[in-house]
Amino acid sequence: MAVSETDVLHVASLARLAVDPARLPALVRELNGILEHMEELGAVRVAGQASSVERQAPKAGDLASASRPDDGPSIPLAHPIESFAPHVRGGFILVPRLATHEDQGTRSP
Amino acid sequence: MSAVAAVEAAFRRADEVRAGPDGLNAFVHVDREAAVAEAAELDRMVAERLDVAGRPTHDAGRSPLGARPIAVKDNIATLGLPTTCGSRILAGYRSPYEATVVRRLREAGAIVIAKTNMDEFAMGSSTEQSAYGPTLNPVDRTRVPGGSSGGSAAAVAAGIVRIALGSETGGSVRQPAAFCGVVGVKPTYGRVSRYGLVAFASSLDQVGVFGKTVDDAAHGLSVIAGHDERDSTSIDLPVPDFRAAARESLEGLVIGRPREYFPDTLDPRIRDVCDAAAERLRGLGAVVRDVSLPHTSLAIPVYYIVAPAEASSNLARFDGVRYGLRLAGDGLTGMYEATRSGGFGAEVTRRILLGTYVLSAGYYDAYYRKAMAIRALIRQDFVRVFADGVHVLLTPTAPTTAFRLGAISDPYEMYLSDIYTATANLAGIPGISVPGGTVDGLPVGVQFLATHFDEYRLFAAAYALERSLTEQGEHP
Repeated sequence: MAVSETDVLHVASLARLAVDPARLPALVRELNGILEHMEELGAVRVAGQASSVERQAPKAGDLASASRPDDGPSIPLAHPIESFAPHVRGGFILVPRLATHEDQGTRSP
Repeated sequence: MSAVAAVEAAFRRADEVRAGPDGLNAFVHVDREAAVAEAAELDRMVAERLDVAGRPTHDAGRSPLGARPIAVKDNIATLGLPTTCGSRILAGYRSPYEATVVRRLREAGAIVIAKTNMDEFAMGSSTEQSAYGPTLNPVDRTRVPGGSSGGSAAAVAAGIVRIALGSETGGSVRQPAAFCGVVGVKPTYGRVSRYGLVAFASSLDQVGVFGKTVDDAAHGLSVIAGHDERDSTSIDLPVPDFRAAARESLEGLVIGRPREYFPDTLDPRIRDVCDAAAERLRGLGAVVRDVSLPHTSLAIPVYYIVAPAEASSNLARFDGVRYGLRLAGDGLTGMYEATRSGGFGAEVTRRILLGTYVLSAGYYDAYYRKAMAIRALIRQDFVRVFADGVHVLLTPTAPTTAFRLGAISDPYEMYLSDIYTATANLAGIPGISVPGGTVDGLPVGVQFLATHFDEYRLFAAAYALERSLTEQGEHP
């Protein structure tokens, strides 16, 4: 599956990347050059194999899926937030406004 | 030697070899005064027999590592020195906390003397993709040191430090270790805490250790390994004394030689170095037999789908709002795009685009889902071989020796540099690269791979090979 300039621009917008128009043809070429090598994966039959592989894989006790409640130890900071955050109010770091989901520009807090 | 003397000796050596941007370009952040002050404090604590908390102790004080200067890759969070991942987008960023691996090393007597150069966000195999410019290989300064942890490998190879930290996602410790003629170990996924390691591809990333010798690497890994409640992927298993592996006999050790790692296209001189290593170990009592890992050739296509996919998600956080660089743009989206496009280099941009593409609607099944299924087959290859009685696999670490700076411009050709290392990251198993010989005066690495959490056997084989080469005066 080869990508076009339109595809690359679409993906770039999803990734929040601006693409220099002068760089676009080379970028399309490079990505297609890489994707060409991925095509061999399409010829590999994997139906049913992956899940059986996972069943056969050795498990060290219940170590296969580590998780914990999201209430771990507090993270002691070496420096106060004020020393590295651009803006702080009431102990919170202030960032450009996002809550309205409207693109209103880079208003500083 | 006191800690102060050790740190000053390391800086003298760094000056001799020109470790900074005017020379090797291995070091990107250095604070000499702070390092010497930390060393002086360590000397005081040892003299007063105080532990890390300043309490009296009956042992040798705060120095099981023996007051060692170390270097740390620039994607591992340190207090005092910036953590910038070799990227313009993190220029000047200082972490407000410290990685668990760094804290453990400091508590064992290590002093961080520098942060080391790397391919931006660990995406590269040559340390040419850094915002600070390329690192040079100390063995031959016209050549790359490998990557992405090239600065750490160069620092050890140049004799500045005996231990340095790197990180592995597809071979970024073992391959530069091979190119620079030092030892590099990648532990099992989950063996070492990643708390404070800037994420690239979370299902693959591990912190690794460079050592001047096998014993240095074993020493370093012994200190940093072990469970950490701040990393949910860290496994709570006992950590063996890896240095004890130096005393192990190889009698009865079964070494597999996977034929897929020795194709007809492999440089015969690299093949000879590996086969000579296998013969040495056979002479020490090991049994060497041919094995097959049939899905090996698929590892690079799989890796370069899985890793960029995860990277495209992990690197979304670098948007000009929370970290480092912010460039003005047209509105909020414009600011995101200006910052990310201005802050990321060419290879990172390429991989974010690739990762976003393989995860996007219409392509997810064909690329990402398929790659994950084949990743399971690659893992199964290893499971079968180890279940069949093989204890350790022996392979080349890389298909070539260190290549010349600027020699490889095609992205996929560069990716192939990881062809013998990426499999271990995909399967989550440990691996180590040990200097095995030279070709045209350039180091060749011999790689050992073992099953999950069996680093001990890796070290047993590595110690034996190193000792055999040294005893016969053939250590490269």
